[in-house]
Amino acid sequence: MTAVPPAARLLAAWTLDGRPDDLAAHLRRHGPLPLLAPAALVAAVEAAGLRGRGGAGFPTATKLRAVHASRSRRRPVVVANGCEGEPASEKDAALLHCAPHLVLDGLALVADALGADDAVLAVHRAGGLSRAVAERGAIVPEVRVVEVPPRYVASQETALVQYLSGGPALPTTAPPRPAERGVHGAPTLVDNVETLAHLALIARHGPDWFRAVGDDDLPGTLLVTAGGAVRAPGVVEVAAGTTIRTALDLAGGPSELVQAVLSGGYGGAWLPAHAMDTPLTPTALRAAGSTLGVPTLLALPELACGLTQTAHLTRLLATESAGQCGPCRFGLPDITDDLTAIACATRDAPEAHRRLRRRLDLVTGRGACALPDGAARLARSALHVFADDLHQHLTGRPCPAAGGALLFPGATR
Amino acid sequence: MILRLDPIACEGHGLCADLLPERIDLDEWGFPLLEPGPVPADVLRRARDTVAACPALALRLVQPSADQP
Repeated sequence: MTAVPPAARLLAAWTLDGRPDDLAAHLRRHGPLPLLAPAALVAAVEAAGLRGRGGAGFPTATKLRAVHASRSRRRPVVVANGCEGEPASEKDAALLHCAPHLVLDGLALVADALGADDAVLAVHRAGGLSRAVAERGAIVPEVRVVEVPPRYVASQETALVQYLSGGPALPTTAPPRPAERGVHGAPTLVDNVETLAHLALIARHGPDWFRAVGDDDLPGTLLVTAGGAVRAPGVVEVAAGTTIRTALDLAGGPSELVQAVLSGGYGGAWLPAHAMDTPLTPTALRAAGSTLGVPTLLALPELACGLTQTAHLTRLLATESAGQCGPCRFGLPDITDDLTAIACATRDAPEAHRRLRRRLDLVTGRGACALPDGAARLARSALHVFADDLHQHLTGRPCPAAGGALLFPGATR
Repeated sequence: MILRLDPIACEGHGLCADLLPERIDLDEWGFPLLEPGPVPADVLRRARDTVAACPALALRLVQPSADQP
């Protein structure tokens, strides 16, 4: 047995024992789940300062309260969102593999408190999850494991609600918000699976225990996917507020010299190597020019071309666009073309650079979901962090790795 | 009242920018860019006509307090 990792809560089964917890092991480790009345649940979650772990970081208590307020109209639906559309993230899959019963506990907790008559575990691939559900025997409401088409925008809350209501897995225009009218018109709580797993532990140990680790800005632990130029790519659990450097070290540390780190997924933003000591909190990362988003850290080797990698990533995002909103449908391919011209240092590159700056502003805030905003944020950060390379590319002197292949995980399909 | 666009419903017909050029411009792909802020009283009537003329029913006039991103 190696040293106990500093923050083993959600992934304790894996980091301490090296195997997933079945129901018996789960109960031995965590004890039985105490159910809470709605007011007590909301109070505990609020005191814990739990924020959603699906990328937006919305306060979980606010969402719970909104669904609770709508419940008199129709019995609510509760949805555990484990779809994980972000191609670079594996944390939800890792959690569902190692500790499915923490997620199912969280789902049972909110279903009971809200009086839900339908509970859904939404994932891309059911795998062994039906077995985990069956282990728990007959409970009301029975948990339905639903497979959702594996595409980037399908994990977005409104897309999930539309899909579970019999429509396509594509974002819709809010309002009404799912908390008011969600799946088949019922008030719907959609929470990320990691959020629900934290909730299961807060119910057992209380808000003070939860807050004992982490940061005031973001209490608790955090599942982070580390990839790119690290020795042991994968998911690590850290206290929120841990630095990027420490999180990457838990993933084996850099496998070669690193020039930048992409934080927040493909719709996130690059950080230069000198920002490695930035703590993993929403506020600190925003101040550093990036975002926590779905916590992913992708290390870019010194020898790679950041502009080329960014062009690959915006192309991937353009492909993932649902094509529902004009500025995203037409803007993302154009932005990719501009970036590609810059990455390849073509004669058109200076003109492409001017067009690109204008187009990044043009697509921002103009989609039903945040996909175009994310693509623009990624591209903008590349122009900033790789400014020296940009200057060279614009004057016809591309870096040696220009035009190289994508170094990070590819499409979701 | 402020103008609000449903980006999914909008098909880029571009009629709105013709009918209400002082509040609506088209981007390079032909999709409307709305002037932010309340629609001035003297334009309100034409703004209503523009909303009614949208073939995709993508444009609306709403109270600024309406809960929407």
